[in-house]
Amino acid sequence: MKTMVKAINIHKSFNGREVLAGVDLEVADGEVLCILGPSGGGKSTLLRCLNHLETVDDGVVWIDGSVIGYELRGETLRELPPRKVRQQQREIGMVFQHFNLFPHLTALQNVIEGPVTVRKESRAAATARGVELLEAVGLGDRGAAYPSQLSGGQKQRVAIARALAMQPKVMLFDEPTSALDPELVGEVLDVMRRLALAGTTMIVVTHEIAFARDVADRVAIMVDGSIREIGNPDDVLSNPQDPRVRSFLNRVLN
Amino acid sequence: MTLLSSETGNGAGIDVNDLQQRSYKIVRLKHPGQWISGAIVVAFLGFLIKSFAEGQIDWTTVGEFLTADVILRGFANTLLISFLAMILAMGLGTLFAVMRLSSNPVTRFVAWLYVWVFRGTPVLLQLLIWFNIALVFPTLSIPGLFEARTVDVVTPFVAALLGLGINEGAYMTEVVRAGISSVDHGQTEAAHTIGMSRMQMLRRIILPQTMRLIIPPMGNSAIGMLKFSSLATVISFTEMLNAAQQVYFVNGAVIELLLVCAVWYMLGTTVLNIVQFYIERHYGRGVAGASTKAPFKFKFGLVRPKTQAPAEEQS
Repeated sequence: MKTMVKAINIHKSFNGREVLAGVDLEVADGEVLCILGPSGGGKSTLLRCLNHLETVDDGVVWIDGSVIGYELRGETLRELPPRKVRQQQREIGMVFQHFNLFPHLTALQNVIEGPVTVRKESRAAATARGVELLEAVGLGDRGAAYPSQLSGGQKQRVAIARALAMQPKVMLFDEPTSALDPELVGEVLDVMRRLALAGTTMIVVTHEIAFARDVADRVAIMVDGSIREIGNPDDVLSNPQDPRVRSFLNRVLN
Repeated sequence: MTLLSSETGNGAGIDVNDLQQRSYKIVRLKHPGQWISGAIVVAFLGFLIKSFAEGQIDWTTVGEFLTADVILRGFANTLLISFLAMILAMGLGTLFAVMRLSSNPVTRFVAWLYVWVFRGTPVLLQLLIWFNIALVFPTLSIPGLFEARTVDVVTPFVAALLGLGINEGAYMTEVVRAGISSVDHGQTEAAHTIGMSRMQMLRRIILPQTMRLIIPPMGNSAIGMLKFSSLATVISFTEMLNAAQQVYFVNGAVIELLLVCAVWYMLGTTVLNIVQFYIERHYGRGVAGASTKAPFKFKFGLVRPKTQAPAEEQS
Protein backbone atom coordinates (compact mmCIF):
# COMPACT_ATOMS: atom_id res chain seq x y z
CA MET A 1 0.00 0.00 0.00
CA LYS A 2 1.20 3.49 -0.82
CA THR A 3 2.63 5.44 2.11
CA MET A 4 1.17 8.91 2.62
CA VAL A 5 2.82 10.11 5.83
CA LYS A 6 6.06 8.97 7.35
CA ALA A 7 7.67 10.44 10.45
CA ILE A 8 11.06 9.23 11.60
CA ASN A 9 12.59 9.75 15.03
CA ILE A 10 10.70 12.94 15.90
CA HIS A 11 12.14 14.70 18.91
CA LYS A 12 10.72 17.87 20.44
CA SER A 13 11.40 19.60 23.74
CA PHE A 14 9.85 22.68 25.28
CA ASN A 15 12.08 24.49 27.78
CA GLY A 16 14.14 21.39 28.37
CA ARG A 17 11.14 19.15 28.89
CA GLU A 18 11.07 16.39 26.32
CA VAL A 19 7.59 16.12 24.80
CA LEU A 20 8.38 13.84 21.90
CA ALA A 21 11.08 11.28 22.48
CA GLY A 22 11.79 9.81 19.09
CA VAL A 23 8.45 9.04 17.47
CA ASP A 24 8.24 6.89 14.36
CA LEU A 25 5.01 6.75 12.42
CA GLU A 26 3.83 5.57 9.05
CA VAL A 27 0.36 6.12 7.63
CA ALA A 28 -0.84 4.67 4.35
CA ASP A 29 -2.88 6.47 1.71
CA GLY A 30 -6.54 6.36 2.74
CA GLU A 31 -5.77 5.04 6.19
CA VAL A 32 -7.38 6.35 9.37
CA LEU A 33 -5.08 6.42 12.37
CA CYS A 34 -6.39 7.39 15.79
CA ILE A 35 -3.91 8.48 18.41
CA LEU A 36 -5.03 8.00 22.00
CA GLY A 37 -3.25 8.49 25.27
CA PRO A 38 -3.18 10.43 28.52
CA SER A 39 -2.99 14.23 28.51
CA GLY A 40 0.49 15.60 28.15
CA GLY A 41 1.63 12.52 26.26
CA GLY A 42 2.67 14.55 23.22
CA LYS A 43 -0.24 13.68 20.90
CA SER A 44 -1.05 17.25 19.88
CA THR A 45 2.60 18.20 19.59
CA LEU A 46 3.15 15.28 17.22
CA LEU A 47 0.32 16.51 14.98
CA ARG A 48 1.70 20.04 15.07
CA CYS A 49 5.11 18.74 14.05
CA LEU A 50 3.59 16.89 11.11
CA ASN A 51 2.33 20.11 9.53
CA HIS A 52 5.24 22.26 10.66
CA LEU A 53 3.28 24.41 13.10
CA GLU A 54 6.11 23.33 15.40
CA THR A 55 9.61 22.69 14.16
CA VAL A 56 11.16 19.42 15.19
CA ASP A 57 14.41 19.28 17.20
CA ASP A 58 15.44 16.11 15.44
CA GLY A 59 13.93 13.70 12.97
CA VAL A 60 12.14 14.15 9.69
CA VAL A 61 8.54 14.34 8.47
CA TRP A 62 7.74 13.17 4.98
CA ILE A 63 4.34 13.58 3.35
CA ASP A 64 3.53 12.29 -0.11
CA GLY A 65 6.88 12.78 -1.73
CA SER A 66 8.33 15.75 0.12
CA VAL A 67 10.12 16.41 3.38
CA ILE A 68 8.07 18.96 5.33
CA GLY A 69 9.80 22.25 6.08
CA TYR A 70 13.17 21.20 4.72
CA GLU A 71 15.02 20.27 1.61
CA LEU A 72 16.85 16.99 1.91
CA ARG A 73 20.36 17.10 0.46
CA GLY A 74 22.37 14.02 1.18
CA GLU A 75 22.73 14.04 4.93
CA THR A 76 21.60 17.59 5.61
CA LEU A 77 18.18 19.19 5.92
CA ARG A 78 18.09 22.77 4.70
CA GLU A 79 15.28 24.97 5.93
CA LEU A 80 12.89 25.88 3.14
CA PRO A 81 11.88 29.51 2.54
CA PRO A 82 8.44 30.38 4.00
CA ARG A 83 6.82 30.40 0.56
CA LYS A 84 7.72 26.74 0.00
CA VAL A 85 6.65 25.78 3.51
CA ARG A 86 3.28 27.39 2.92
CA GLN A 87 2.79 25.40 -0.26
CA GLN A 88 3.37 22.24 1.75
CA GLN A 89 1.19 23.33 4.67
CA ARG A 90 -1.83 24.06 2.53
CA GLU A 91 -1.91 20.44 1.41
CA ILE A 92 -2.20 19.30 5.02
CA GLY A 93 -5.63 20.00 6.48
CA MET A 94 -5.91 20.66 10.18
CA VAL A 95 -8.90 20.79 12.49
CA PHE A 96 -8.35 22.34 15.90
CA GLN A 97 -9.84 21.60 19.28
CA HIS A 98 -11.11 25.19 19.56
CA PHE A 99 -12.20 25.43 15.91
CA ASN A 100 -10.26 28.65 15.24
CA LEU A 101 -12.84 29.83 12.75
CA PHE A 102 -12.34 33.39 11.53
CA PRO A 103 -14.99 35.23 13.57
CA HIS A 104 -15.32 38.18 11.20
CA LEU A 105 -16.23 35.95 8.25
CA THR A 106 -19.41 33.97 7.65
CA ALA A 107 -19.34 30.17 7.51
CA LEU A 108 -19.15 30.22 3.71
CA GLN A 109 -16.50 32.96 3.70
CA ASN A 110 -14.46 30.90 6.14
CA VAL A 111 -14.60 27.97 3.76
CA ILE A 112 -13.69 29.90 0.61
CA GLU A 113 -11.02 32.10 2.20
CA GLY A 114 -8.21 29.65 1.47
CA PRO A 115 -9.24 28.77 -2.08
CA VAL A 116 -9.71 32.43 -3.05
CA THR A 117 -6.84 34.10 -1.19
CA VAL A 118 -4.24 31.35 -1.29
CA ARG A 119 -5.09 29.17 -4.27
CA LYS A 120 -6.31 32.15 -6.30
CA GLU A 121 -9.42 30.33 -7.45
CA SER A 122 -12.21 32.44 -8.88
CA ARG A 123 -14.72 33.52 -6.28
CA ALA A 124 -17.56 31.90 -8.22
CA ALA A 125 -15.87 28.51 -8.47
CA ALA A 126 -14.76 28.61 -4.86
CA THR A 127 -18.24 29.59 -3.72
CA ALA A 128 -19.87 26.78 -5.65
CA ARG A 129 -17.49 24.28 -4.09
CA GLY A 130 -17.81 25.92 -0.67
CA VAL A 131 -21.58 25.48 -0.78
CA GLU A 132 -21.12 21.84 -1.72
CA LEU A 133 -18.72 21.32 1.18
CA LEU A 134 -21.09 22.96 3.64
CA GLU A 135 -23.84 20.71 2.36
CA ALA A 136 -21.56 17.72 2.79
CA VAL A 137 -21.09 18.56 6.47
CA GLY A 138 -24.83 19.14 6.83
CA LEU A 139 -24.72 22.94 6.99
CA GLY A 140 -25.99 23.85 3.53
CA ASP A 141 -28.41 26.35 5.03
CA ARG A 142 -25.97 28.01 7.46
CA GLY A 143 -23.50 29.52 4.99
CA ALA A 144 -24.45 33.10 5.83
CA ALA A 145 -24.15 32.62 9.59
CA TYR A 146 -21.22 34.02 11.52
CA PRO A 147 -19.33 31.63 13.81
CA SER A 148 -20.79 33.33 16.89
CA GLN A 149 -24.24 32.30 15.67
CA LEU A 150 -23.31 28.62 15.36
CA SER A 151 -23.23 25.88 17.97
CA GLY A 152 -19.91 24.24 18.80
CA GLY A 153 -20.72 21.22 16.69
CA GLN A 154 -21.66 23.40 13.75
CA LYS A 155 -18.48 25.45 14.15
CA GLN A 156 -16.36 22.33 14.07
CA ARG A 157 -18.14 21.08 10.97
CA VAL A 158 -17.48 24.43 9.26
CA ALA A 159 -13.84 24.08 10.31
CA ILE A 160 -13.71 20.64 8.69
CA ALA A 161 -15.24 22.06 5.50
CA ARG A 162 -12.67 24.89 5.57
CA ALA A 163 -9.81 22.42 5.77
CA LEU A 164 -11.30 20.23 3.03
CA ALA A 165 -11.66 23.23 0.74
CA MET A 166 -7.88 23.24 0.30
CA GLN A 167 -8.10 19.68 -1.09
CA PRO A 168 -5.56 18.36 1.39
CA LYS A 169 -3.67 15.10 0.97
CA VAL A 170 -4.08 14.32 4.64
CA MET A 171 -6.37 15.61 7.37
CA LEU A 172 -5.09 16.12 10.91
CA PHE A 173 -7.65 16.34 13.71
CA ASP A 174 -6.45 17.71 17.04
CA GLU A 175 -9.02 16.61 19.62
CA PRO A 176 -11.88 17.81 17.42
CA THR A 177 -14.63 16.98 19.90
CA SER A 178 -12.96 17.79 23.21
CA ALA A 179 -14.38 21.31 23.42
CA LEU A 180 -17.93 20.24 22.56
CA ASP A 181 -20.96 19.69 24.73
CA PRO A 182 -21.56 15.93 24.91
CA GLU A 183 -24.74 16.02 22.83
CA LEU A 184 -22.89 17.75 19.96
CA VAL A 185 -20.03 15.27 19.71
CA GLY A 186 -22.01 12.83 17.57
CA GLU A 187 -22.64 15.20 14.67
CA VAL A 188 -18.93 15.95 14.30
CA LEU A 189 -17.92 12.30 14.58
CA ASP A 190 -20.54 11.47 11.92
CA VAL A 191 -18.92 13.85 9.48
CA MET A 192 -15.51 12.38 10.26
CA ARG A 193 -16.83 8.86 9.82
CA ARG A 194 -18.15 9.76 6.37
CA LEU A 195 -14.80 11.32 5.47
CA ALA A 196 -13.06 8.14 6.52
CA LEU A 197 -15.41 6.02 4.42
CA ALA A 198 -14.71 8.28 1.46
CA GLY A 199 -11.07 7.26 1.67
CA THR A 200 -9.55 10.38 3.24
CA THR A 201 -6.18 9.86 4.91
CA MET A 202 -6.77 10.95 8.51
CA ILE A 203 -4.72 11.22 11.65
CA VAL A 204 -7.01 11.85 14.59
CA VAL A 205 -5.92 12.73 18.10
CA THR A 206 -8.96 11.96 20.21
CA HIS A 207 -10.36 10.75 23.49
CA GLU A 208 -13.31 9.06 21.78
CA ILE A 209 -12.42 5.40 22.24
CA ALA A 210 -15.63 4.20 20.61
CA PHE A 211 -14.90 6.26 17.51
CA ALA A 212 -11.37 4.86 17.37
CA ARG A 213 -12.63 1.31 17.68
CA ASP A 214 -15.27 1.81 14.96
CA VAL A 215 -13.57 3.96 12.41
CA ALA A 216 -9.81 3.68 12.77
CA ASP A 217 -7.79 1.28 10.67
CA ARG A 218 -5.11 1.41 13.31
CA VAL A 219 -4.88 2.90 16.79
CA ALA A 220 -1.73 4.28 18.37
CA ILE A 221 -1.34 4.92 22.07
CA MET A 222 1.10 7.60 23.10
CA VAL A 223 2.49 7.83 26.61
CA ASP A 224 5.28 10.17 27.72
CA GLY A 225 6.30 11.23 24.25
CA SER A 226 6.46 7.91 22.49
CA ILE A 227 4.10 5.50 20.82
CA ARG A 228 3.81 2.53 23.14
CA GLU A 229 1.37 0.46 21.11
CA ILE A 230 0.14 0.67 17.56
CA GLY A 231 -1.99 -1.68 15.55
CA ASN A 232 -5.43 -3.04 14.88
CA PRO A 233 -7.96 -1.27 17.20
CA ASP A 234 -9.29 -4.48 18.71
CA ASP A 235 -5.85 -5.83 19.54
CA VAL A 236 -4.57 -2.58 21.01
CA LEU A 237 -7.71 -1.70 22.94
CA SER A 238 -8.56 -5.16 24.24
CA ASN A 239 -5.19 -6.69 24.73
CA PRO A 240 -2.52 -4.09 25.42
CA GLN A 241 0.96 -5.32 26.32
CA ASP A 242 2.57 -2.19 27.71
CA PRO A 243 1.77 -1.65 31.42
CA ARG A 244 1.38 2.15 31.05
CA VAL A 245 -1.02 1.62 28.17
CA ARG A 246 -2.94 -0.95 30.17
CA SER A 247 -3.38 1.42 33.09
CA PHE A 248 -4.44 4.24 30.75
CA LEU A 249 -7.02 2.07 29.03
CA ASN A 250 -8.27 0.77 32.35
CA ARG A 251 -8.91 4.32 33.44
CA VAL A 252 -10.76 5.42 30.30
CA LEU A 253 -12.67 2.23 29.57
CA ASN A 254 -14.00 1.68 33.07
CA MET B 1 -28.90 27.27 66.53
CA THR B 2 -29.27 25.44 63.28
CA LEU B 3 -27.82 26.81 60.10
CA LEU B 4 -31.20 27.16 58.48
CA SER B 5 -32.75 29.22 61.21
CA SER B 6 -35.82 31.12 60.05
CA GLU B 7 -35.28 33.82 62.67
CA THR B 8 -32.30 35.27 60.80
CA GLY B 9 -34.04 35.70 57.42
CA ASN B 10 -35.51 38.94 56.08
CA GLY B 11 -38.94 37.53 56.16
CA ALA B 12 -38.94 37.22 59.92
CA GLY B 13 -42.43 37.68 61.22
CA ILE B 14 -44.26 36.40 58.18
CA ASP B 15 -45.51 32.94 58.63
CA VAL B 16 -45.26 30.68 55.63
CA ASN B 17 -49.00 30.23 55.74
CA ASP B 18 -49.48 33.97 55.11
CA LEU B 19 -48.41 33.35 51.47
CA GLN B 20 -51.85 32.80 50.04
CA GLN B 21 -51.80 34.27 46.55
CA ARG B 22 -49.92 33.00 43.49
CA SER B 23 -49.43 36.50 42.17
CA TYR B 24 -48.89 39.82 43.97
CA LYS B 25 -48.81 43.39 42.74
CA ILE B 26 -45.21 44.58 42.86
CA VAL B 27 -44.63 48.15 44.02
CA ARG B 28 -41.31 49.56 42.82
CA LEU B 29 -39.11 51.50 45.23
CA LYS B 30 -39.37 55.26 44.65
CA HIS B 31 -36.20 57.25 44.13
CA PRO B 32 -36.99 60.76 45.38
CA GLY B 33 -33.26 61.57 45.53
CA GLN B 34 -33.07 61.33 41.75
CA TRP B 35 -35.78 63.95 41.35
CA ILE B 36 -34.10 66.32 43.76
CA SER B 37 -30.64 66.02 42.23
CA GLY B 38 -32.17 66.33 38.76
CA ALA B 39 -33.92 69.54 39.75
CA ILE B 40 -30.71 71.02 41.17
CA VAL B 41 -28.78 70.27 37.99
CA VAL B 42 -31.51 71.72 35.78
CA ALA B 43 -31.63 74.88 37.90
CA PHE B 44 -27.87 75.27 37.63
CA LEU B 45 -27.94 74.79 33.85
CA GLY B 46 -30.70 77.38 33.58
CA PHE B 47 -28.58 79.81 35.56
CA LEU B 48 -25.58 79.24 33.26
CA ILE B 49 -27.64 79.75 30.11
CA LYS B 50 -29.19 82.92 31.53
CA SER B 51 -25.77 84.31 32.46
CA PHE B 52 -24.36 83.73 28.98
CA ALA B 53 -27.46 85.12 27.32
CA GLU B 54 -27.24 88.32 29.34
CA GLY B 55 -23.42 88.54 29.43
CA GLN B 56 -21.22 90.78 27.38
CA ILE B 57 -21.52 88.68 24.27
CA ASP B 58 -22.80 90.08 21.03
CA TRP B 59 -24.75 87.11 19.78
CA THR B 60 -25.53 88.75 16.47
CA THR B 61 -21.80 88.90 15.73
CA VAL B 62 -21.54 85.24 16.58
CA GLY B 63 -24.35 84.46 14.16
CA GLU B 64 -22.82 86.67 11.49
CA PHE B 65 -19.40 85.08 11.58
CA LEU B 66 -20.67 81.54 11.94
CA THR B 67 -20.99 81.35 8.17
CA ALA B 68 -18.43 83.98 7.20
CA ASP B 69 -16.24 82.96 4.28
CA VAL B 70 -13.00 83.37 6.17
CA ILE B 71 -14.20 81.11 8.99
CA LEU B 72 -15.60 78.50 6.62
CA ARG B 73 -12.34 78.43 4.67
CA GLY B 74 -10.49 78.07 7.97
CA PHE B 75 -12.75 75.20 8.98
CA ALA B 76 -12.21 73.55 5.61
CA ASN B 77 -8.45 73.76 6.26
CA THR B 78 -8.95 72.34 9.74
CA LEU B 79 -10.89 69.41 8.31
CA LEU B 80 -8.36 68.85 5.53
CA ILE B 81 -5.29 68.88 7.76
CA SER B 82 -7.00 66.70 10.38
CA PHE B 83 -8.10 64.19 7.78
CA LEU B 84 -4.73 63.94 6.04
CA ALA B 85 -2.78 63.85 9.31
CA MET B 86 -5.09 61.10 10.55
CA ILE B 87 -4.53 59.06 7.39
CA LEU B 88 -0.78 59.52 7.81
CA ALA B 89 -1.04 58.52 11.47
CA MET B 90 -3.00 55.36 10.70
CA GLY B 91 -0.53 54.33 8.01
CA LEU B 92 2.46 54.95 10.27
CA GLY B 93 0.70 53.34 13.23
CA THR B 94 -0.02 50.14 11.32
CA LEU B 95 3.47 50.00 9.82
CA PHE B 96 5.29 50.53 13.11
CA ALA B 97 2.93 48.24 15.02
CA VAL B 98 3.76 45.42 12.63
CA MET B 99 7.44 46.31 13.02
CA ARG B 100 7.10 46.27 16.79
CA LEU B 101 5.79 42.71 16.58
CA SER B 102 8.31 41.54 14.01
CA SER B 103 10.77 38.78 14.81
CA ASN B 104 13.62 40.97 13.58
CA PRO B 105 15.19 42.78 16.57
CA VAL B 106 16.38 45.70 14.42
CA THR B 107 12.94 46.57 13.07
CA ARG B 108 11.52 46.06 16.55
CA PHE B 109 14.02 48.55 17.96
CA VAL B 110 13.39 51.14 15.24
CA ALA B 111 9.65 50.98 15.92
CA TRP B 112 10.27 51.35 19.63
CA LEU B 113 12.54 54.34 18.97
CA TYR B 114 9.87 56.03 16.85
CA VAL B 115 7.29 55.72 19.59
CA TRP B 116 9.76 56.79 22.25
CA VAL B 117 10.85 59.97 20.42
CA PHE B 118 7.50 61.19 19.17
CA ARG B 119 5.50 60.30 22.24
CA GLY B 120 8.22 61.76 24.42
CA THR B 121 8.05 65.34 23.10
CA PRO B 122 5.16 67.81 22.99
CA VAL B 123 3.36 68.04 19.68
CA LEU B 124 3.67 71.82 19.79
CA LEU B 125 7.45 71.48 19.91
CA GLN B 126 7.39 69.00 17.05
CA LEU B 127 5.33 71.41 14.96
CA LEU B 128 7.87 74.16 15.57
CA ILE B 129 10.76 71.87 14.65
CA TRP B 130 9.12 70.81 11.38
CA PHE B 131 8.31 74.41 10.59
CA ASN B 132 11.94 75.40 11.16
CA ILE B 133 13.51 72.31 9.64
CA ALA B 134 15.03 74.52 6.94
CA LEU B 135 17.49 75.73 9.58
CA VAL B 136 18.88 72.19 9.73
CA PHE B 137 18.57 71.18 6.09
CA PRO B 138 18.56 74.27 3.87
CA THR B 139 18.05 72.19 0.75
CA LEU B 140 16.39 68.87 0.09
CA SER B 141 17.76 66.76 -2.68
CA ILE B 142 17.88 63.30 -4.11
CA PRO B 143 21.10 63.55 -6.14
CA GLY B 144 20.37 63.68 -9.84
CA LEU B 145 16.62 63.57 -9.45
CA PHE B 146 15.33 66.35 -7.37
CA GLU B 147 16.54 69.42 -5.59
CA ALA B 148 14.64 72.18 -3.82
CA ARG B 149 14.97 74.74 -1.09
CA THR B 150 13.47 73.33 2.08
CA VAL B 151 11.43 76.48 2.77
CA ASP B 152 9.64 75.95 -0.53
CA VAL B 153 8.79 72.34 0.23
CA VAL B 154 7.98 72.52 3.93
CA THR B 155 5.19 75.05 3.84
CA PRO B 156 3.11 75.63 6.98
CA PHE B 157 0.68 73.08 5.58
CA VAL B 158 3.35 70.42 5.10
CA ALA B 159 4.89 71.16 8.49
CA ALA B 160 1.49 70.87 10.17
CA LEU B 161 0.75 67.63 8.33
CA LEU B 162 4.08 66.09 9.31
CA GLY B 163 4.00 67.37 12.87
CA LEU B 164 0.45 66.26 13.62
CA GLY B 165 0.52 63.03 11.62
CA ILE B 166 3.85 61.70 12.81
CA ASN B 167 3.09 62.55 16.42
CA GLU B 168 -0.30 60.85 16.32
CA GLY B 169 1.25 57.89 14.48
CA ALA B 170 3.30 57.12 17.58
CA TYR B 171 0.14 56.82 19.69
CA MET B 172 -1.56 54.90 16.91
CA THR B 173 1.33 52.42 16.88
CA GLU B 174 0.56 51.48 20.45
CA VAL B 175 -3.15 51.21 19.73
CA VAL B 176 -2.68 48.97 16.71
CA ARG B 177 -0.06 46.89 18.50
CA ALA B 178 -2.45 46.25 21.38
CA GLY B 179 -5.15 45.34 18.87
CA ILE B 180 -2.97 42.89 16.98
CA SER B 181 -1.68 41.28 20.17
CA SER B 182 -5.21 40.69 21.35
CA VAL B 183 -6.14 38.50 18.38
CA ASP B 184 -6.16 34.88 19.47
CA HIS B 185 -3.08 32.88 18.49
CA GLY B 186 -5.34 30.17 17.10
CA GLN B 187 -6.26 32.56 14.29
CA THR B 188 -2.66 32.71 13.13
CA GLU B 189 -2.37 28.95 13.28
CA ALA B 190 -5.57 28.45 11.31
CA ALA B 191 -4.32 30.92 8.70
CA HIS B 192 -1.03 29.01 8.54
CA THR B 193 -2.74 25.69 7.98
CA ILE B 194 -4.53 27.02 4.91
CA GLY B 195 -1.18 28.26 3.64
CA MET B 196 -1.54 32.02 4.03
CA SER B 197 1.49 34.27 3.81
CA ARG B 198 2.22 36.77 6.57
CA MET B 199 0.84 39.63 4.50
CA GLN B 200 -2.32 37.74 3.55
CA MET B 201 -2.83 36.79 7.18
CA LEU B 202 -2.36 40.35 8.35
CA ARG B 203 -4.64 41.83 5.72
CA ARG B 204 -7.38 39.22 5.62
CA ILE B 205 -7.46 37.76 9.13
CA ILE B 206 -5.64 39.82 11.77
CA LEU B 207 -6.32 43.45 10.87
CA PRO B 208 -10.07 43.04 10.26
CA GLN B 209 -10.38 41.52 13.72
CA THR B 210 -8.17 44.22 15.15
CA MET B 211 -10.38 46.95 13.69
CA ARG B 212 -13.26 46.23 16.02
CA LEU B 213 -11.00 46.74 19.03
CA ILE B 214 -9.10 49.76 17.82
CA ILE B 215 -11.97 51.81 16.40
CA PRO B 216 -12.91 53.37 19.77
CA PRO B 217 -9.34 54.58 20.53
CA MET B 218 -8.99 55.66 16.89
CA GLY B 219 -12.20 57.65 17.24
CA ASN B 220 -10.61 59.33 20.23
CA SER B 221 -7.57 60.09 18.13
CA ALA B 222 -9.60 61.52 15.27
CA ILE B 223 -11.52 63.79 17.63
CA GLY B 224 -8.28 64.77 19.33
CA MET B 225 -6.72 65.48 15.96
CA LEU B 226 -9.54 67.78 14.92
CA LYS B 227 -8.85 69.86 18.02
CA PHE B 228 -5.05 69.55 18.10
CA SER B 229 -4.95 70.86 14.55
CA SER B 230 -5.64 74.25 16.13
CA LEU B 231 -2.04 74.17 17.38
CA ALA B 232 -0.96 74.64 13.78
CA THR B 233 -1.94 78.26 14.22
CA VAL B 234 1.49 78.85 15.83
CA ILE B 235 3.20 77.96 12.58
CA SER B 236 0.85 80.31 10.73
CA PHE B 237 -1.17 77.65 9.02
CA THR B 238 -4.55 79.25 8.41
CA GLU B 239 -6.84 76.74 9.96
CA MET B 240 -10.02 77.94 11.64
CA LEU B 241 -8.55 79.24 14.91
CA ASN B 242 -5.90 81.15 13.01
CA ALA B 243 -8.57 82.66 10.77
CA ALA B 244 -10.65 83.63 13.79
CA GLN B 245 -7.66 85.30 15.42
CA GLN B 246 -6.96 87.30 12.28
CA VAL B 247 -10.53 88.54 12.39
CA TYR B 248 -10.64 89.48 16.05
CA PHE B 249 -7.29 91.23 15.93
CA VAL B 250 -9.10 93.63 13.59
CA ASN B 251 -12.62 93.87 14.99
CA GLY B 252 -12.00 93.06 18.64
CA ALA B 253 -14.86 90.58 18.94
CA VAL B 254 -12.63 88.05 20.69
CA ILE B 255 -15.12 85.90 22.59
CA GLU B 256 -17.62 86.01 19.75
CA LEU B 257 -15.16 84.54 17.26
CA LEU B 258 -13.86 81.98 19.72
CA LEU B 259 -17.45 80.87 20.25
CA VAL B 260 -17.88 80.56 16.51
CA CYS B 261 -14.89 78.23 16.47
CA ALA B 262 -16.31 76.28 19.40
CA VAL B 263 -19.56 75.73 17.52
CA TRP B 264 -17.75 74.38 14.46
CA TYR B 265 -15.42 72.17 16.49
CA MET B 266 -18.36 70.68 18.35
CA LEU B 267 -20.20 70.13 15.11
CA GLY B 268 -17.13 68.38 13.72
CA THR B 269 -16.66 66.12 16.74
CA THR B 270 -20.36 65.28 16.74
CA VAL B 271 -20.14 64.16 13.13
CA LEU B 272 -17.06 62.07 14.00
CA ASN B 273 -18.96 60.43 16.85
CA ILE B 274 -21.69 59.42 14.45
CA VAL B 275 -19.20 58.12 11.89
CA GLN B 276 -17.48 56.12 14.62
CA PHE B 277 -20.76 54.53 15.62
CA TYR B 278 -21.39 53.25 12.10
CA ILE B 279 -17.82 52.03 11.61
CA GLU B 280 -18.01 50.18 14.92
CA ARG B 281 -21.24 48.58 13.88
CA HIS B 282 -19.70 47.51 10.57
CA TYR B 283 -16.71 45.83 12.19
CA GLY B 284 -18.79 44.42 15.02
CA ARG B 285 -20.55 42.06 12.63
CA GLY B 286 -20.13 38.46 13.55
CA VAL B 287 -19.36 39.32 17.14
CA ALA B 288 -21.87 38.27 19.73
CA GLY B 289 -22.68 41.13 22.06
CA ALA B 290 -20.98 43.79 19.91
CA SER B 291 -22.58 47.18 20.33
CA THR B 292 -25.11 47.70 17.60
CA LYS B 293 -27.28 49.96 19.68
CA ALA B 294 -27.45 53.70 19.20
CA PRO B 295 -25.31 55.47 21.81
CA PHE B 296 -28.19 57.47 23.26
CA LYS B 297 -31.78 56.74 23.54
CA PHE B 298 -33.45 59.14 25.89
CA LYS B 299 -36.40 57.77 27.66
CA PHE B 300 -38.39 60.48 29.28
CA GLY B 301 -39.06 60.10 32.89
CA LEU B 302 -36.42 59.02 35.33
CA VAL B 303 -35.71 55.40 34.71
CA ARG B 304 -32.90 53.41 36.13
CA PRO B 305 -30.67 52.12 33.36
CA LYS B 306 -31.46 48.48 32.96
CA THR B 307 -28.52 46.16 33.12
CA GLN B 308 -28.28 44.45 29.78
CA ALA B 309 -29.05 40.78 29.83
CA PRO B 310 -26.04 38.80 28.64
CA ALA B 311 -26.40 37.42 25.14
CA GLU B 312 -27.42 33.82 25.10
CA GLU B 313 -24.36 31.63 25.19
CA GLN B 314 -24.04 29.51 22.09
CA SER B 315 -21.08 27.27 22.05
